[in-house]
Amino acid sequence: MPAPDDPDVPAVAVDGLVMRYGDKVAVDGLTLTVQRHTITAVLGPNGAGKTTTLETCEGYRRPQSGTVRVLGLDPVRERTTLLPRIGVMLQGGGAWSGVRAREMLDHVAKLHAHPLDTDMLSDRLGLADCGRTPYRRLSGGQQQRLGLAMALVGRPEIVFVDEPTAGMDPQARRTTWELLEELRADGVTVVLTTHYMDEAERLADHIHIIDHGRLIASGSPLELTRGGTHATIRLVVTRPFPPGSPDTLRRTLGEHAEVTQLDEVSMLVTGPADASTLAKVSRWCEENDVLPESLTLGQRNLEDVFLQLTGRGLEP
Amino acid sequence: MRGSTGTFIPRPGAAPLHRQVLAQAAMESRLMLRNGEQLLLAVVIPVIVLIGGVAGADRVGLDLEHSAVDVFAPGVLALAVMSTAFTSLAIATGFERRYGVIKRLGSSPLPRSGLLAGKIGGLLLIEVLQVLVISIVALALDWDPEPGVLGAVLAVILGTAAFASLGLFISGVLRAEATLAAANLVYLLLMAGGAVVLPSSAYGAFGHVVHWLPSGALGGAMREALIDGTTAWSELLVLLAWAVLGTALTARTFKWE
Repeated sequence: MPAPDDPDVPAVAVDGLVMRYGDKVAVDGLTLTVQRHTITAVLGPNGAGKTTTLETCEGYRRPQSGTVRVLGLDPVRERTTLLPRIGVMLQGGGAWSGVRAREMLDHVAKLHAHPLDTDMLSDRLGLADCGRTPYRRLSGGQQQRLGLAMALVGRPEIVFVDEPTAGMDPQARRTTWELLEELRADGVTVVLTTHYMDEAERLADHIHIIDHGRLIASGSPLELTRGGTHATIRLVVTRPFPPGSPDTLRRTLGEHAEVTQLDEVSMLVTGPADASTLAKVSRWCEENDVLPESLTLGQRNLEDVFLQLTGRGLEP
Repeated sequence: MRGSTGTFIPRPGAAPLHRQVLAQAAMESRLMLRNGEQLLLAVVIPVIVLIGGVAGADRVGLDLEHSAVDVFAPGVLALAVMSTAFTSLAIATGFERRYGVIKRLGSSPLPRSGLLAGKIGGLLLIEVLQVLVISIVALALDWDPEPGVLGAVLAVILGTAAFASLGLFISGVLRAEATLAAANLVYLLLMAGGAVVLPSSAYGAFGHVVHWLPSGALGGAMREALIDGTTAWSELLVLLAWAVLGTALTARTFKWE
């Protein structure tokens, strides 16, 4: 086993993690790895076990089964060694209601040996104008950005950011994305949870899709969306599909195509995007007396991948 | 895609523990001074008890060996310590837990022991202010304390440690609202029946019990220091024991959320 400061040790190694709250299984035998100097997204719907997994890496929760190592260290037993080396952005809160934004950031900076310059950091995160505003009067987006600043100020090797752009306006979102990319370029490992497809697709080197506490797919955005010559056909009809439609369509298309019902008037077909497939879909419509409103051919995106894997959408 | 600017190149490390603790203490006291309600409670109630106690003792002719203000002032100082170290701390910490502050600090380099030390440091600062105000009022009422400085200082320090660790214990296991209720209730019960303001001898046979409470021990140690000018080692030992117990309980049960 390599030494904890060996650069080959993965940033995060989760192996067979199981976490339960009472009867509810939040994380169900999860195994995943995060390589150093990457932006790695943990993608999944609300309640998929993302936050629980992150909090186990941050030493807040003890694994009920399985192991978690961050920089080769046990986040619970070796927390005093590990904590200065990681930065944590919580999903919300994390400051006294009466504390001023800048005062809070300066306080966290004082707990570290070589903190970033808080003037620079406030500027970068657009917090310069609200430095004297009490935390409770900051907007949601400002609170998020302060949370990110607090995670970065100690110059960590890994930052764990939980839903970093939730509640941010598009401008702040872009600024945050650029900042996270700059972190990676400077050698920081970024682990982020998100349920925004575009965020994962745009930012991440590697994506772990989890659902019901299990890893269901893993890879680069390209690997996940490629699927050879496969593309998607989105079929939207005027009236709800008759019962059993996905099965009959699947039989019509043969084994090379996958069919996912999105809602009562739309279905997604993934498979070889050729004239013959399109013709089969049209013929199926005719035979089943459904009128296509639109039949769109497109590249598969992450959202389609997710729909196919879980049979449902990602939005909360 | 952004290139490297070198701004965020990792350079992790914890500040030396004493600097972390100082920063935490400064923060805690600043926030408490900013919270008018808490400060009012910490100063106004003890001052009312002092003035009311002295006036009442004169009226009902309470049989005390010393003048009323000499008996009450050390007890009121003890009460002030209790209100800040126990009630204010427990309530503040309860809401810190609610707001995720404790959780946030739980992933910072500040260890749990450092957080406790920082909180106690912040409390000591507030207590210096309380002692100043109460002493000025008491001196205006002809208080004539004996100079038992060592005993009084040790009593305040150990009393703060004992009550603070117990307050943290409560705030760590209860929800914020329950902490608010419990901390105030315990404060009222100890103020009335815990031998803080009145000596345990005033409680008859029950006095042997309250003598062992942190409130009775703190009140007793303050009275011995400022009425007799001596250091009450046995009371100080009782406070130390409560501090050890409270710290052990807090260390075992405190939850970051």
